[in-house]
Amino acid sequence: MSSGGSFTDLLQFIFMGLQRGSIYAMVAMGFNMIYNSTGIINLAQGEFVVLGGLMMVSLTMSANISLPLAFVITVFFVTIVGILMERFTINPVKPPTVMRLIIITVAVSILLKGSAMCFWGKESHYMKHFSGTEPFEIMGATILPQTLWIFGILIIIVAAFIYFFNFTMTGKSMRACSINRDAARLAGINDRKMVMLSFALSAGIGAIAGIIVTPIIQMDYSRGALLGIKGFGAAVVGGLGNSIGAVVAGLLVGILEALGGGYISSHYMDAFALLILLIVLFIRPSGIFGSREASRLKEF
Amino acid sequence: MLRLVNVNSYYSLVHVLRNLSLHVYKGEIVTLIGANGAGKSTTLRSISGLHPVKEGKIYFKDIDITNKPTEQLVKLGIAHVPEGRQIFWPMTVMDNLELGGFLICKNHGKKQLKKSIDEMYELFPILKQRQNQYAGTLSGGEQQMLAIAMALMTKPEFILLDEPSMGLAPLIIREIFRVISELKIETGLTVLLVEQNANAALRIADRGYVMETGKIILEQDASSLLKNQEVKRAYLGRDKREIWE
Repeated sequence: MSSGGSFTDLLQFIFMGLQRGSIYAMVAMGFNMIYNSTGIINLAQGEFVVLGGLMMVSLTMSANISLPLAFVITVFFVTIVGILMERFTINPVKPPTVMRLIIITVAVSILLKGSAMCFWGKESHYMKHFSGTEPFEIMGATILPQTLWIFGILIIIVAAFIYFFNFTMTGKSMRACSINRDAARLAGINDRKMVMLSFALSAGIGAIAGIIVTPIIQMDYSRGALLGIKGFGAAVVGGLGNSIGAVVAGLLVGILEALGGGYISSHYMDAFALLILLIVLFIRPSGIFGSREASRLKEF
Repeated sequence: MLRLVNVNSYYSLVHVLRNLSLHVYKGEIVTLIGANGAGKSTTLRSISGLHPVKEGKIYFKDIDITNKPTEQLVKLGIAHVPEGRQIFWPMTVMDNLELGGFLICKNHGKKQLKKSIDEMYELFPILKQRQNQYAGTLSGGEQQMLAIAMALMTKPEFILLDEPSMGLAPLIIREIFRVISELKIETGLTVLLVEQNANAALRIADRGYVMETGKIILEQDASSLLKNQEVKRAYLGRDKREIWE
């Protein structure tokens, strides 16, 4: 490990940063999806991640279901949770002002966290890596197979995302709703259905993020808040509502965090992401990739 | 075909429509003229379900449609082209038309959608040339044509047009009005047209209503309205000398 010196360290930190960043990117994509369809920040986003991770732990470690099947069941289950959340807590609110809806998501987040604690207990849960723990070596730095899984799945999700929003009718209608809701309704698009769909999709993405990260971080019921805040940071840095921006910003936040942790102090690792969020909010509140014009028109 | 009975609408506390009643027969072009803030756009928004109606009833083909969700009204055959060219700016012309045909795609599949889009290209050839351009980069006239084409993609029997001539060159206004009267003759489309340009609107309309502060103050044949002294003075900008003298 000592041969190669500082370059190897740097590479190692970057790998670690990309791995953490991929998770932030996915959480941020979930934030954006709901933000685009409703104009609110869903503060229960981190809870979807936790729920995905813990559910997966139970299915694979206790119930001994095979990985792919458990994966599908978990994503399906969390998606249902997302849909129920929208149907029972967001949809009935009249009038749906931004502040009310955000407070509701806080409540849902506490509710989900509490239920997770009752069901899975307070301890953290270990889960088997997808394909072994034998690390690869790349130019002196090591990388876990699980990390490769994380990159791979992020790439697949981004590709699926681009395809869905640009080439399918449902995806286009969702975009249409976020661009101009009245015009979308006049085309016969049911905007409330699209809101439900956005909750379903972002819960699904959250679940996937939780599943793939659990073998590395060991999930417990209280992880959601921090994951949510960092994902939110990535969403803001990338410009709220801009999903490709969120992916880039998520990776960026992850790398900066890892570099800060590696070269300055690992005790303050979690603080770096928040520091970045604060700096961006002070200097350029619309985010690196967001448009200033657009942010002026937004309610929130 | 359409009947509004004593409709009252509010913007929070502001009483915008006051006991408004009007009707449109099948196959007619009816125009609603009036000054800024008279409530013309609100009337259209109330009909298409974008703005809630506090009191009163709206009937379409004798079905009570008061406060029904917009997307259901679209299914019934009511299209609305709101003012200010409400198109999807960051999407291509093609995407915009596809979204306009959301219901066709859902009910009859992609093939029918393609066919309907081609029909729109026939009606507005300029849109075909622009099909891969972003809608936000079109000129005002092209955007208005796109907005109308999107509304027509929903296969309406009845169309609400809100200020289609706003901010456009006279030549383009004539083109748009030509298409509207053509559609009326060829497909039997019923039109409720709101216009600032009262002169042009009354020329293609069968009947007209004059609105003032949320109330209908006059209803007549379009040709009689064109000759009406009061309308001439207030909305057509003619016979001004009589006031000065």
